[in-house]
Amino acid sequence: MSLTELTIADAASGLRARKFSAVELVRAHTDAIAALNPRLNAYITTTADEALKAAQQADDVLAKGEARALTGIPLGIKDLFCTNGVRTTAASNILKNFVPPYESTVTANLLRDGAVFVGKTNLDEFAMGSANITSAFGPVENPWKRNGDEAALVPGGSSGGSAAAVAAGLAMGATGTDTGGSIRQPAAYCGIVGLKPTYGRCSRFGTIAYASSLDQAGPMARSVRDCAIMLQSMAGFDERDSTSVNCDVPDYSAAIGRSLKGLKVGIPAEYRAEGLSAEIAAAWQQGIEWLKAAGCEIVDVSLPHTKYGLATYYIVAPAECSSNLARYDGLRFGERVPGDTLDAMYEATRRAGFGPEVRRRIMMGTYVLSAGYYDAYYLKAQKVRTLIRRDFTEAFGKVDVLLTPTAPTPAFAQGEQSDDPVQMYLNDIFTVPASMAGMPAMSVPVGLGATGLPLGLQLIGRPFDEETLLATGSALESAAGFTHRPAIRAEAAK
Amino acid sequence: MSLDPATVRRIARLARIGIDESDVPALQGELNGILGWVEQLNEVDVEGVPPMVGTGHAALRTRPDVVTDGNCRDAVLSNAPDGVGPFYTVPKVVE
Repeated sequence: MSLTELTIADAASGLRARKFSAVELVRAHTDAIAALNPRLNAYITTTADEALKAAQQADDVLAKGEARALTGIPLGIKDLFCTNGVRTTAASNILKNFVPPYESTVTANLLRDGAVFVGKTNLDEFAMGSANITSAFGPVENPWKRNGDEAALVPGGSSGGSAAAVAAGLAMGATGTDTGGSIRQPAAYCGIVGLKPTYGRCSRFGTIAYASSLDQAGPMARSVRDCAIMLQSMAGFDERDSTSVNCDVPDYSAAIGRSLKGLKVGIPAEYRAEGLSAEIAAAWQQGIEWLKAAGCEIVDVSLPHTKYGLATYYIVAPAECSSNLARYDGLRFGERVPGDTLDAMYEATRRAGFGPEVRRRIMMGTYVLSAGYYDAYYLKAQKVRTLIRRDFTEAFGKVDVLLTPTAPTPAFAQGEQSDDPVQMYLNDIFTVPASMAGMPAMSVPVGLGATGLPLGLQLIGRPFDEETLLATGSALESAAGFTHRPAIRAEAAK
Repeated sequence: MSLDPATVRRIARLARIGIDESDVPALQGELNGILGWVEQLNEVDVEGVPPMVGTGHAALRTRPDVVTDGNCRDAVLSNAPDGVGPFYTVPKVVE
């Protein structure tokens, strides 16, 4: 099998058995990036030379028999994680020349375990978007095509570059971040697995902030087991993040293939929403049947405040964004546009540095936090957020995990959705509630729709019970036997 | 609640985002579209519901009040857009 088609688990075994070297494995991926990235635009910055040097060191470590979990494994890193000495842009013009002098905790953990970074993946600007079309470095193309149609599709967002890179074989896995669905929705659109851990499971230190009470890093890979391997490395307590939770990191891979006999799976009625495509409704029903066959008990549940998730999100997230992005002032780092006065400099810098969606969210957040409107919008949204969380807590009194669709439709074409921001926000209708509640959730590809595009199902778990997500996700994965790969990928391009 | 052009200009000013007069109508339309849509939250009865300010899993921690980092001036200044020596620079703020 081609090196760009392997799973992380198989590649790690192959490296240990000396079937191929880390240099060969990494070179296969950097060559694939050189061949396909000009078209897909999945990476903003590629680091082939550094990656090959790191691969040589990995081969030395392997030769000594001292390999760690990810030694020699080529990964893509969402360009929202600060990487020491490697440009980190957040896909924004305001950070187009920013070179962090420090490493984020999540990427430091991956490096500690031997991972080799092949580049920084594209995203929506500051992770604000659902189609990877707001990047200052251009849109990402989804490697999948509709049957008999060459139209360029969006990879989803905001971790669209990570999803496209993993789907196309330009990385074995990639980091993502998820604020309202930014790992799960692109994973679904690109036919890969994406896991958003419980809020507090992975450190946010060194991850460029969008909405701090929601942002959470997680793995994106081509199998549930690969996500478990990556999460094992990424997760853990970090003193430098005040919201990091100090609880043990279990052996995630041990959950793969665990018996599901007697597991209670909740099916929330409110997710049968208007706009849910027939093919996704059918995939959901198929998922229910598979889990029944695996010994699960299916239980109907209600999450009555689901419909308010998005509106709550679009108050809370812009509010936090307006506060977080106040730091981009053209003064200490980032781009500066000169002005005669300090205020003129700020205004010119932030107008030129931020794209329209980021400017819109900052202004929206500024308004809902402004004097006279704080109670009507922000405080109200925080109260509704309590009710959304309460819905989940009550459901988890009756069931162990929830099964829902990840997104209402498969990937759409660039330019196919209207320019209305609210319409674009609706792509996240099924992913936002778990984010608001801080629950862990995962998207697993389960089949192809009528037009040949991948469809994903979402599992939502109790706080810090990523193991049940992985166990249930691996059951769906085995039952689905999803081995489809996109038209545009490294192996096919040879 | 609906924003008028003056409010749009005021928000931009508060956010320190420069806008041209020609940007105002489009921004007004977009922001009003979003605000109109979030009005649906008025249907929700939140009487007696506390605001959610965290997920409740991480208790605020304290640590000894000691220096844990420092002596990295050059690293801190390395991305300054217009640094001079060991300083950031700003436009003149005192007339």
